Amino acid sequence: MTTTPERPSRVLVLGSGPIVIGQAAEFDYAGTQACRALREEGVTSILVNSNPATIMTDHEIADVVYIEPLTVEAVTRVIERERPDGLLPTLGGQTGLNLAVDLAEAGVLEQYNVRLLGTPLDAIRTAEDRNLFRQMLDEIGEPVPENEVVTTVEDARNVAERLGLPVVIRPAYTLGGSGGGIAYTPEQLDEQVRTGLSYSPIGQVLVERSLIGWKEIEYEVMRDGADTTITVCNMENLDAMGVHTGDSIVVAPSQTLTDKEYQMLRTASLKIISALGIEGGCNVQLALEPHPTVAGKGQNAGYSESPYYVIEVNPRVSRSSALASKATGYPIARVAAKIAVGKRLDEIPNAVTQVTTAAFEPALDYCVAKIPRWPFDKFPSGDRSLGTQMKATGEVMAIDRSFEAALQKAVRSLEVTGDSLLWEHSSWSTISDPLEELPLLPNDQRLWALMAALRRGVDLDDLSVKTGVDPWFLYKLNAIVGMENKLLAEPLTPRLLRDAKRIGFSDTQISTLADRLPEQVHELRQEWDIRPVYKMVDTCAAEFEAATPYFYSTYEEENEALPLEGRSAVVIGSGPIRIGQGIEFDYCSVHAAWALQDEGAASIIINSNPETVSTDFDTSNRLYFEPLDEEGVACVLENERVTIGEQEVFPGTAAQFGGQTAINLISPLNRRAFTILGTPPATVDQAEDRQRFDEFVTTLGIPRPPGAGVTSIEEGLAVANSIGYPILVRPSYVLGGRAMEIVHTPAEFTRYVMAAMEEVGDKRPIQVDKFLEGMEVEVDAVSDGEDVLIPGIMEHIERAGVHSGDSMGVYPAPSLSEDDERQVVDYTVQLGRAFGIIGLMNIQFVVAQNENQDGTPAPSTVYVLEVNVRSSRTVPFISKVTEVPLVNLATRVIMGRTLKEMGYESGLWPKKPLVAVKAPVSSMAKLMGVDTYLGPEMKSTGEVMGIDTSLAPALTKALQAARLMLPQSGGILISVSDRDKTEMMPIARKLAAHGYEVYATEGTATILRAVGIEVAGVPAKVSEGEEGVGITTDLIRDGRVHAVVNTMSGNRVPLRDGFEIRRAATEQGIPCYTSLDTFRVAVDSVTGGAEAGEYSIMRLDEYVNGRPADEFLAR
Amino acid sequence: MTLIGRSEEREAFLVLEDGSIHRGYAFGAVGAEATGEVVFNTSMVGYQEMLTDPSYGGQILVPTYPLQGNYGINDRDVESSRIQVRGFVVREVCDLPSNRLSTRTLDDYLRDEGVPGIYGVDTRALTRRIRMAGVMMGIITTEGSPEQALTRLREAPDYGSLDLVSEVVAQSPYEWTEGPGELPPDAPRVVVMDEGLKFNILRLLRQRGCAVTVVPSSTSFDDVMALRPSGVLLSPGPGDPALLEGVVQTAGGLLGRLPVMGICLGHQVVARALGGETYKLKFGHRGGNHPVKDLATDLVTITAQNHGYAVDADGLPAGLDVSHLNLNDNTVEGLTHREMPLLTIQYHSEASPGPLDNEYLFDRFLDLIREYR
Repeated sequence: MTTTPERPSRVLVLGSGPIVIGQAAEFDYAGTQACRALREEGVTSILVNSNPATIMTDHEIADVVYIEPLTVEAVTRVIERERPDGLLPTLGGQTGLNLAVDLAEAGVLEQYNVRLLGTPLDAIRTAEDRNLFRQMLDEIGEPVPENEVVTTVEDARNVAERLGLPVVIRPAYTLGGSGGGIAYTPEQLDEQVRTGLSYSPIGQVLVERSLIGWKEIEYEVMRDGADTTITVCNMENLDAMGVHTGDSIVVAPSQTLTDKEYQMLRTASLKIISALGIEGGCNVQLALEPHPTVAGKGQNAGYSESPYYVIEVNPRVSRSSALASKATGYPIARVAAKIAVGKRLDEIPNAVTQVTTAAFEPALDYCVAKIPRWPFDKFPSGDRSLGTQMKATGEVMAIDRSFEAALQKAVRSLEVTGDSLLWEHSSWSTISDPLEELPLLPNDQRLWALMAALRRGVDLDDLSVKTGVDPWFLYKLNAIVGMENKLLAEPLTPRLLRDAKRIGFSDTQISTLADRLPEQVHELRQEWDIRPVYKMVDTCAAEFEAATPYFYSTYEEENEALPLEGRSAVVIGSGPIRIGQGIEFDYCSVHAAWALQDEGAASIIINSNPETVSTDFDTSNRLYFEPLDEEGVACVLENERVTIGEQEVFPGTAAQFGGQTAINLISPLNRRAFTILGTPPATVDQAEDRQRFDEFVTTLGIPRPPGAGVTSIEEGLAVANSIGYPILVRPSYVLGGRAMEIVHTPAEFTRYVMAAMEEVGDKRPIQVDKFLEGMEVEVDAVSDGEDVLIPGIMEHIERAGVHSGDSMGVYPAPSLSEDDERQVVDYTVQLGRAFGIIGLMNIQFVVAQNENQDGTPAPSTVYVLEVNVRSSRTVPFISKVTEVPLVNLATRVIMGRTLKEMGYESGLWPKKPLVAVKAPVSSMAKLMGVDTYLGPEMKSTGEVMGIDTSLAPALTKALQAARLMLPQSGGILISVSDRDKTEMMPIARKLAAHGYEVYATEGTATILRAVGIEVAGVPAKVSEGEEGVGITTDLIRDGRVHAVVNTMSGNRVPLRDGFEIRRAATEQGIPCYTSLDTFRVAVDSVTGGAEAGEYSIMRLDEYVNGRPADEFLAR
Repeated sequence: MTLIGRSEEREAFLVLEDGSIHRGYAFGAVGAEATGEVVFNTSMVGYQEMLTDPSYGGQILVPTYPLQGNYGINDRDVESSRIQVRGFVVREVCDLPSNRLSTRTLDDYLRDEGVPGIYGVDTRALTRRIRMAGVMMGIITTEGSPEQALTRLREAPDYGSLDLVSEVVAQSPYEWTEGPGELPPDAPRVVVMDEGLKFNILRLLRQRGCAVTVVPSSTSFDDVMALRPSGVLLSPGPGDPALLEGVVQTAGGLLGRLPVMGICLGHQVVARALGGETYKLKFGHRGGNHPVKDLATDLVTITAQNHGYAVDADGLPAGLDVSHLNLNDNTVEGLTHREMPLLTIQYHSEASPGPLDNEYLFDRFLDLIREYR
């Protein structure tokens, strides 16, 4: 019997901060489950997170919410104020763990008597410090690949000589493997070790013998305080060792392991979690000897003393554990939180069966496939190869009763080109040697390349040798190719159609191959009664009766999801996290599902993203884990059909909360006569079609930047000429400003159109608008068609031209005049009414300064830039700071309520006594070859919020949380375009006056020196510069400068020089400002006088209410 | 190899006692017919071990995991000398397995051993039916109509009436010699009474330094004692323990005289020998994920299970205590005795297939043996 330490009563939970590559929505899911679990246990949760777009920072979830930077200073102040007796960092990803270590090392936990829950400090250190990890594994007799920790490049070379190349480079303590890689050549070795050392906060990298080609297997394990250990799930990666598991296609459970292999690795994983003493969840990654065909490469000859090796341990909840939870129905984070406050596994009920406990191992009676979602559709110039550094922004999961079907549904869920495995890159059609020429080494298109190789008859063994993919997976892919051939060659019979559906072919895919229209395939299915049934994810393979409302489609006999009785509605989720469509839309989907319940309707969520809160089985009344395409959603609607009286009724569909994914489904669903709730489909079309939108807005007398939709270069040049450059060009129907550019000359315009037509097709019109330089403001609003409520107005810090998702935004708008504010509100109300918007809308305005003919200022003009008739990225932010429950209101409006009925009226909601700043966060360090310059195309992956009682401290917090803060002293490199030079001068002067060393590139330096600003040095562009200064990128890599500001001239053709500067800064991990506006606030924030850097720490509701909570007033 | 189904595809069906028809296609011994009690197992791996587990004698096995045969069949992972199930019902059978140890396909294995299989079945629907209605008899066939099959099924003897143990056990005693190193002359001798044992029990005893002698379950008390055992292990096996009067009687003699370990059917036999009762479960416990609490240590482990009968916790004779409990349904999972050197478990500490968490019970048995030598 173990003695249980006293149960904590107030627990501080750390979130994971902004969404970045390697840390996405899975930690909102984990944190949300944890806070709810703590509440069930009667424990008060105090949550700190800098990310406002999360469900966990809602009042419904955590008891006390702090939206503050995840820094030692801020969190220490929270601890000082709240006096928690426990700290739970294991649900906040690597950010949470690292912060917990920092807090412990700073003595904060000891000082305030806060107990670290879940994972002991030693275990965190052991899992992260390679030497300790190896030592621990040696002690318990678990094998690790031969390796050595080094702190210099010289040492790394020696190790590599001994082991032989290739070797794996892994920096210690980094997110998603940042800065790691596989070195095949001495040059790569030097480069990667140098990068790795700079990324590792403790300056350590591990040089390890490569196990490339071995099977990569993961186990999700749990342990309680009584040392009961279980495995929740194991997973096998289709991509062999060498590709980060976050970038791998993964199946659950393992497919090619015998019972002996499965149990051997299971036992190893359980031994490890026990040795680490973790109370909660843990992820163990192992390498298993490959199939002889794969091993035939000879690379690993003489290296099979052990049939397996332990690769890595994450002593916390992780992306894999979110996947495992969704793959099995076992809520890992929830159970981990309960264990952390003293519960034993056998004391925690199994929420799914309600009769059994959490002390068991889920049994799957289906196959699960996960495919990562990479951002290369937005960054075609990025390095698409995959290695040990994760590059995916999100992932999709699909479930079915065959591997082929699970995989194909996952492909449909990705929403990438083609939406099926039939897609091939246009350049592949001319390939003569597929094995050599197809991109078969790990990259984002490899799955499609494998299919292409199989279609071209490449030998399966050769393909295994080349790719390291186990033959089993290739056999399965080949079975898909076999079905393709059958569909091409044979007449469509009921048997053939059913067989194709059973291995996951979509109606569209079948129609392409069988030369029919997708609708015809659909009709044939109806005629032959070939419909999907829905089966339950119940954790126990039907051994016990289960109450979980979590379903997946499959072509089998028995349907377990009988239509819900009574009023219900479907919420379409937003699919995988990608740039331009992040966690914000999951927040909206979740709130929509809850609001439906408030309205007495059953909520049905359809989504394909395993990381999210929306796909937690108890978020809605029913969850369908399905691809978000027409077929996936329509089949669910058909399954939910009920007969009322004489009539067949389908549930209504709410499509305005799931971002562009859901919006894109409106028109196909509408065509099939399904009911779309809220804003009528015709209106959505009208707002999305730039030309019709323009015409309509003009009739209302609301100013629009002059422009037109064009379909040819000639037409475009004529329009551009008449409105004058610069112009903003973009295709219609785009997401996150994709393919949008500001162009300054006819030549640039021509180049743009040529490129755009190639990529997005030449059918769709291109919109050409006058580019207005001015202040950009943004509103979200809810409309019932009559009344239009605006919770708040946000002003962008960067001038127009930077995508709104990449701009810093401030609520309430600090420099908007009263007149302009009135104008913004009036236009919003007018647009909502005139369009007949039912539900949410987001409008972007530019306030352009006018001049009288004599050059004196004239009243400004408010132009409407864009209206999106759906939820937007800023909905969670504005909802949190104004306490207007936007999504809740919108959902109830689409269900028939009026705003008046709910106590709201038209106009702007009273401003709160606070200032909130939203700042974007990018993941550029992980995406080699991508330019970090911010423009009209969105590039950030996440956001943070700084909130305070006035602007300066709110900005400081936002900058800190986004890691855009300037250091207190040091070197700053300035390299700005000619038109920014004048504006730069006062900022540079301020920096110099505060003792910063100002470095500047040649042109900038000349101007600065001319006005008497001291410049510490001028680096050269390529080879020469001032003596002792060296070239620009060296200056950055040597650590002599601590921030870079670099702006581009109007000429969009990227200057190699600027690109190198920006990449160097990003890879060095120092702030790189590409807009003077951002840089100015960053400088003000550190040079703003005695108060600079000061900020308050208060609960979110204290800011909103304008006073500290009663308990603090009383103190 | 065709991609969907196979070149010679033959429709087959499984008809249950309740008249329900479950359609699919034949594999393995195509054309052979089988009747047996239809049971499901929720393990995701381990089909080869399950197929060769004698406790499945007289039964048609339905794995709930849909993909079977993925890693083929190897020469190592066998628990007896042949396939013991009467038939195998799966959602999908893999004809192109991948594993470094694989020597043939699942299809070939069943065909070589004359056991019929059926694939393409909605095994989840079948499992749900068994869970709700309880286990029942079924017939796999490719011949005639389902109605005719049902008639044949009704003529077949019921599972509960069969003496299955005698079908699956060794016919004469033998020594198990496969194992590491040489045994010292004073190695403890464990006599394993075979009621349908799995080889892994023998492997684990031998690994722990025991000399292992296997005898048929019909061996008399005197003949067992003549082997001068340090301890006796009563093995798992198929069927209703109430039918095993002989071995129950033999066990009665052994108990209290020397350390005894009972596994699964052996555990039930011990309970009956001491005057306890056994009963049939609605659909049994078959899988590798059942949590069992060891009441002596309070530790929970995950166990491999395969049984359709259980020991009744009520009316256990004085001195016999429940040592282990199933956390899912609170059924008896193990027994100890206040005076007798005795250790029994309802589940499979030898795993194979299943989690390796419970090998400690063999150590405990060895401790008992050392104490009593």
